[in-house]
Amino acid sequence: MNIKNLTNGLFKENPIFVQLLGMCPTLAVTTSAMNGVGMGLATTSVLVCSNMAISLLRKVIPAKVRIPAFIVVIATFVSIVGMVMEGFVPALFNALGLFIPLIVVNCIILARAESFASKNSIMDSMLDGLGMGLGFTIALTILGSVRELFGNGSIFGVSIFGAAYKPALIMILPPGAFLALGILLAIYNQAQMKKAR
Amino acid sequence: MQNESLFVIMVSAILVNNFVLSRFLGICPFLGVSKQVETAFGMGMAVTFVMTLAGILTYFVQYFILVPLHYEFLQTVAFILVIASLVQFVEIVLQKMSPTLYQALGVFLPLITTNCAVLGLALLNIQYKFGLLQTVVHSFFAAIGFSLAIVLFAGIREKIEISDVPLPFKGFPVALITASLMSIAFLGFTGLV
Repeated sequence: MNIKNLTNGLFKENPIFVQLLGMCPTLAVTTSAMNGVGMGLATTSVLVCSNMAISLLRKVIPAKVRIPAFIVVIATFVSIVGMVMEGFVPALFNALGLFIPLIVVNCIILARAESFASKNSIMDSMLDGLGMGLGFTIALTILGSVRELFGNGSIFGVSIFGAAYKPALIMILPPGAFLALGILLAIYNQAQMKKAR
Repeated sequence: MQNESLFVIMVSAILVNNFVLSRFLGICPFLGVSKQVETAFGMGMAVTFVMTLAGILTYFVQYFILVPLHYEFLQTVAFILVIASLVQFVEIVLQKMSPTLYQALGVFLPLITTNCAVLGLALLNIQYKFGLLQTVVHSFFAAIGFSLAIVLFAGIREKIEISDVPLPFKGFPVALITASLMSIAFLGFTGLV
């Protein structure tokens, strides 16, 4: 068991800012900070469960059919998470809509299954899943906050700029997703370059 | 949505609700395989092929297997299995029947399994309660919309590659901002249908 597996996903190998995986939900659901958190946590729970299950099954699954087997394991957990969300947080479930079942095809989950969980012990896989999931959640929350701040003048529904602020609606519309992520990535790159110098 | 005319479905799938630029489906290949127009076109064709077939197949799975047996809750699992085996099957058939086409599309096929555009399309078809003919039209033209976006994007990226971009913006950031501008252009089609 190694605690480094947990912190790895948070910053150094952050799935969004460094690896650029799982772009579809990242761009689609981050119209508000709350949606970002919800999507992030849903993905995290699937990632932790699927990493653990695949790590347990890693000696049983034949190498040739491992990808379909991984996908079935992931799809099962996604269905469970979807049903739980529909039952307990229906508002969030409706806001995220199509992107809940689409967690199945989120490349982060398959990538972690293939490159980590299928080779490591169950505890390490769990920590790796948790770290990657939380890294994803942090990135989504930042992106959601930025978009909500400029597009609606609030963060988590709390008004920041006051009533006089005229919201830049474009940030909530699809183009704003690309724009906000592009600029955030550029800022991240700039910070990395400064550190390297 | 049930009684929409085929023409409206077509226009909406290509322009108004473009899969990449307004629905955010299939972003991974859109960003990953768009460095050259030629490969982008290949990817577009492979996706069109698979998406049309997947749309039809999942229609039958939904209405002839899942609904009669009341297994709707297995939708996600069933669809992703159908798509994964379909991609594998297409790969094997192409390899045997048409080696030239296989050489052109082959490398893209495994990538398509985890392309959320395909699963998203299958789920949308069901959500909109499309009939068979509507499903076919929607699947095919949604894929054409995807191809259109990725080919246009690749064309712009080829130019960006040789232009002077501020250092922190090099690579993905500038590509994302380009996509943003394209998305704004596609917003202009809102209200067309």
